[in-house]
Amino acid sequence: MYQLVAKENLAPNFSILKIEAPEVARKVQPGQFAIIRTDEKGERIPLTITDWDINEGTVTVIFLDVGRTTHKLTQLQAGDSLINFVGPLGMPTEINNFGRVVCAGGCYGIGSILPEVRALKEKGNEVIAIIEARHKSLLYWQNRLEQFSDRVIVTTGDGSYGYKGWAPDQIKEMLEGGVKLDRVFAHGCTFMMMLCSEATKPFGVKTIVSLNPIMVDGTGMCGACRVSINGETKFACVDGPNFDGHEVDWDLLMHRQHSYLDEEKESL
Amino acid sequence: MAEKKKINLSRVPMLKQKAEVRKGNFYQVALGYTEEQAMEEAHRCLQCKKPLCKAGCPVGVDIPEFIKALQDTDMPEAVKILKRKNSLPGICGRVCPQETQCELKCVLAKKEAPIAIGRLERYVADWEQTHLESIEKQNKRVEAKGKKVAIVGSGPAGLTCAAVLIQRGFNVTILEALHTAGGVLIYGIPEFRLPKEIVQNEIDYVKSLGVEIQLDHVIGKIATVDELLENNYDAVFLAPGAGAPMFLNIPGENLSNVYSANEFLTRINLMKAYLFPEYDTPISIGRKVAVIGGGNVAMDASRCALRLGAEEVYIIYRRSKLEMPARAEERENAEEEGIIFKYLTNPTRFFGDEQGKVTTMECIEMKLGEPDDSGRRRPITKPGTEFSIDVDVVIIALGNKPNPIIPSSTKGLELTRRGTIKTDELTGRTSKDRVWCGGDMATGAATVISAMGAGKRAANDIDTFFQK
Ligand SMILES: Cc1cc2nc3c(=O)[nH]c(=O)nc-3n(C[C@H](O)[C@H](O)[C@H](O)COP(=O)(O)OP(=O)(O)OC[C@H]3O[C@@H](n4cnc5c(N)ncnc54)[C@H](O)[C@@H]3O)c2cc1C
Ligand SMILES: Cc1cc2nc3c(=O)[nH]c(=O)nc-3n(C[C@H](O)[C@H](O)[C@H](O)COP(=O)(O)OP(=O)(O)OC[C@H]3O[C@@H](n4cnc5c(N)ncnc54)[C@H](O)[C@@H]3O)c2cc1C
Ligand code: FES
Repeated sequence: MYQLVAKENLAPNFSILKIEAPEVARKVQPGQFAIIRTDEKGERIPLTITDWDINEGTVTVIFLDVGRTTHKLTQLQAGDSLINFVGPLGMPTEINNFGRVVCAGGCYGIGSILPEVRALKEKGNEVIAIIEARHKSLLYWQNRLEQFSDRVIVTTGDGSYGYKGWAPDQIKEMLEGGVKLDRVFAHGCTFMMMLCSEATKPFGVKTIVSLNPIMVDGTGMCGACRVSINGETKFACVDGPNFDGHEVDWDLLMHRQHSYLDEEKESL
Repeated sequence: MAEKKKINLSRVPMLKQKAEVRKGNFYQVALGYTEEQAMEEAHRCLQCKKPLCKAGCPVGVDIPEFIKALQDTDMPEAVKILKRKNSLPGICGRVCPQETQCELKCVLAKKEAPIAIGRLERYVADWEQTHLESIEKQNKRVEAKGKKVAIVGSGPAGLTCAAVLIQRGFNVTILEALHTAGGVLIYGIPEFRLPKEIVQNEIDYVKSLGVEIQLDHVIGKIATVDELLENNYDAVFLAPGAGAPMFLNIPGENLSNVYSANEFLTRINLMKAYLFPEYDTPISIGRKVAVIGGGNVAMDASRCALRLGAEEVYIIYRRSKLEMPARAEERENAEEEGIIFKYLTNPTRFFGDEQGKVTTMECIEMKLGEPDDSGRRRPITKPGTEFSIDVDVVIIALGNKPNPIIPSSTKGLELTRRGTIKTDELTGRTSKDRVWCGGDMATGAATVISAMGAGKRAANDIDTFFQK
């Protein structure tokens, strides 16, 4: 059992959980994820590790309530436990001194990009964080990102706060305006990561995306997480989840993510 | 008493659920012997002076001895003898390929039918489960050695090694990646062949000996093998199996509803997707299901699909019936249940609908050429014979290869060309100091009993190593 040390609501439908998992806290690196299960009948779902504290022996995840398991998670309170918490899984993101980098986050990615922002800054990069949300009420962690980056650009789809529009628009604008970017990182919904990759492609700026296919074991045993990268099949849980966005077959990813749409609707 | 009587040449048949009934449920297909049946079968044993059966057993179970105890109706003794060499008899009695091992060697095999050793083994093991209190505990703990061994993986290799080492006074911890111990026995082999309760009983037994099992521990991630050796443990036994599924690498293979057998079986066995939505994990069942491959894994996947309600289930195999690697018994069970076998057929690509779900499989006919490396005749395509089958679900059951997480995260571990860990067969030693390996990770996909044998040999060698 893995105890929840803290649980908070970040924004409508977004929650943050702090979980007691000292061994994971000691080993995790930016870009890695965990698989959790709420109870004996529960599904195994992957969530990115968004923060950790070695001294406290805790790790943090942020999630959006989209379906059955994330809904169960939303109901939990500090003091409750998860039946399983496995991590850290996947390969860490490559962190180097690239120069000037953009870290774009939307949805749960506003939180899950934090470890990369922090590590890239520590390596001496100029880090520009760009976050997006439909409406200002769905934004969170602007302050935390400001703490670890050179600049945070905020966008909202309806213009209720910051720039009107989305993170990929900002990337495009920068590049078209002649700003030189050495690397872009994107976390969030699949569509947003795809648009970020499309924005950088004409300029040849390498863009690393954190893919989120359906997973089961997260250890390379089942192949549920198959993605196509540059025409080659990879297992996102062991080969990824971070890949070059210009090489991802996005249609395939989105189709596979919706494999159980009918069943999931039926179960809610 | 010991009067000579004519030997009965034909073995006592074991009752099975009728095919019509069992294809609609997940209960055991083979129902096991009754006491009378077990006694009758046991009395067929000739108690050979030089028993050949024993040599056919990868772990050297004292077969004639345990059957003698059965003949004498001394059940506790039969259990004791069996467990002396095999800590998981309830499992082996059910899934071992006895027809190519002990029973093949039985002298009666040449006459008509060998002693049904597997069925007797199962009978004894099941008896033990209902009479636990009458067995005197064998696990008198020997003096603690003060040495700690980490075992990576809780499949048959890991469990066996753990049971032997703890009884020699080692402190043993099993580190398991998944949320349930048991390896393929839990997530792969379905309930109707191997009830999970039996596996759980065996795991509980290993735990009762004092073995600690830490679940949710992916070695190579939460700790590397090197870290285990540096921080906590005197030795490491690697038994992570060969859990990475192989695919065909043909167009359309990543369409939705194209599963690896591992994923399909894991969703069912481990995650209980057949009870969705009571359980949270979904699975696509489909009306027409095609399973690609001809091994035990393919048989299991096809029979699970049928039990979940698929109307037509095909096994697509590129060679002929003769070359099929599945156990004959399981193939026959599948045939009886109505699985449709398409031999000498190979898929060439898959087509899907606008939602990316598979709808059609294009196949080509094959013929057999010269024998290949495996000794089986090589399948060759017959150009121009392509045809299509409508499908809703495809399950790829081509077998498994070694998972790279441990090999790639451990320093100084030599691998073979096939990606398995280079291991001395007799001792289980690897190229790395204080690291042993066994089971599918050392041999490539093999059998439960060979994995157990390897676990035991490594345990013996670890024991010897620390006696120095
Ligand atoms: C490596 C990785 C890291 C992830 N990190 C996070 C994270 O930090 N925070 C977070 O909120 N989510 C994250 N996800 C996505 C998260 O795993 C899914 O949202 C979750 O599995 C949904 O489970 P559910 O039972 O609540 O919803 P379900 O009932 O299973 O699904 C509800 C809806 O969500 C869709 N869906 C299901 N699985 C996914 C998926 N993997 N990606 C996108 N859509 C999906 C379904 O098609 C359906 O429409 C990550 C996924 C991966 C693979
Ligand atoms: C569907 C199916 C049917 C089969 N039917 C039969 C049969 O009828 N008869 C027969 O004899 N054999 C059968 N086999 C083969 C048999 O199951 C295997 O040969 C045997 O289980 C191998 O044992 P093992 O201990 O080496 O590994 P496994 O049983 O594969 O167990 C390995 C364990 O290690 C864990 N692990 C892996 N990586 C790590 C890691 N990095 N850290 C921690 N833990 C890890 C895994 O999660 C798993 O639990 C079948 C196999 C399958 C898939
Ligand atoms: S989730 Fe099973 S292989 Fe990646």
